[in-house]
Amino acid sequence: MKIFIERDNKRVRMKFAGRASDLLKKIKINKETVLIIKNNELVDYDEMLSDNDDIKILSVVSGG
Amino acid sequence: MKCRKCSQKTAFSGYCKKHFIEYFEKKVKNTIRKYNLIRENDKVLVAVSGGKDSTTTLYLMKKFYKNVKAIAIDEGIKGYRNYTLDDLKKFCKKHNINLRIVSFQKEFGKSLDTLVKKFNPCSICGTFRRYLLNKYSKGYDVLVTGHNLDDEAQSFLMNVLKNNLALSARLGPSTGIKKRKGFTQRVKPLYFMLEKEVMAYSVIMKLGIRFVECPYAKYSFRGKVRDFLNDYEEKNKGSKEKLVKMFVNMLPKLKKVYQGEVDYCPECGSASSKGICRTCLFIKKI
Repeated sequence: MKIFIERDNKRVRMKFAGRASDLLKKIKINKETVLIIKNNELVDYDEMLSDNDDIKILSVVSGG
Repeated sequence: MKCRKCSQKTAFSGYCKKHFIEYFEKKVKNTIRKYNLIRENDKVLVAVSGGKDSTTTLYLMKKFYKNVKAIAIDEGIKGYRNYTLDDLKKFCKKHNINLRIVSFQKEFGKSLDTLVKKFNPCSICGTFRRYLLNKYSKGYDVLVTGHNLDDEAQSFLMNVLKNNLALSARLGPSTGIKKRKGFTQRVKPLYFMLEKEVMAYSVIMKLGIRFVECPYAKYSFRGKVRDFLNDYEEKNKGSKEKLVKMFVNMLPKLKKVYQGEVDYCPECGSASSKGICRTCLFIKKI
């Protein structure tokens, strides 16, 4: 799975299939602070993700 | 998962895109109506930064009202404000909104990047921004800001931790302790919307907002309170909303208690808790 974490401007690759909320737990990101974009579409935190999805984790928190 | 109102796939908060937008706009309209924030023919000025909250607010005000203009403050923060102002100019051009940009450099002779060498950035920035918004909102019926539920929960908790209830008395969907001639009423239509809901709205509506972080945000007390509240919310869903609802219920009593304690700055006339206001004190020191 390709993941882009906006807040850190970081791209990572990892093996994952499961709920979006479980992915966030795995990479230690609080779901209150982000939105999940799967293959360019906004999805809920209980969305099922598969290993070939392209994921963006957008930061919700204002920049200042 | 299916939308709670139709058979479409959910996009956010249990709703499909269409029904999330409907839920969001209805809740904002209800807040405006319940707290009598804006009337149909009001001259509306929206304070914008180019971030998601204020841009969403501007978009909605333009959608709901006829007479809407925008104002932005250029504090002079290299690598941050120049980007958000560029985005904002494009947004206003696209939506045919008159935008006025006022800068610290022109108004005070110095940019924030210079002022931080001598002062706490968030303290002087917040003070000067409020002052300029007061100054340039004269002649309008309301000054609309993009504050959301997260902002309000943070502000209330910060004031509790500072043991300063008088500051909280100035908060609420419609700010200030009492109305005063010559000062434009500030209102917050996104008051009951979670920050992540505002972000979801701006993403679905493709408002074109990118994430840029203020380089001075890491110094702020607000940042620490925000992280604490989000950590608590993750384990106890609905906590931020409960905090704000409890606060709104006690707000009328709070405003009554602190009504007598509002004073005005002898130099500029702004509301001030004791004598000369913070803006005038900062101006003397720069």
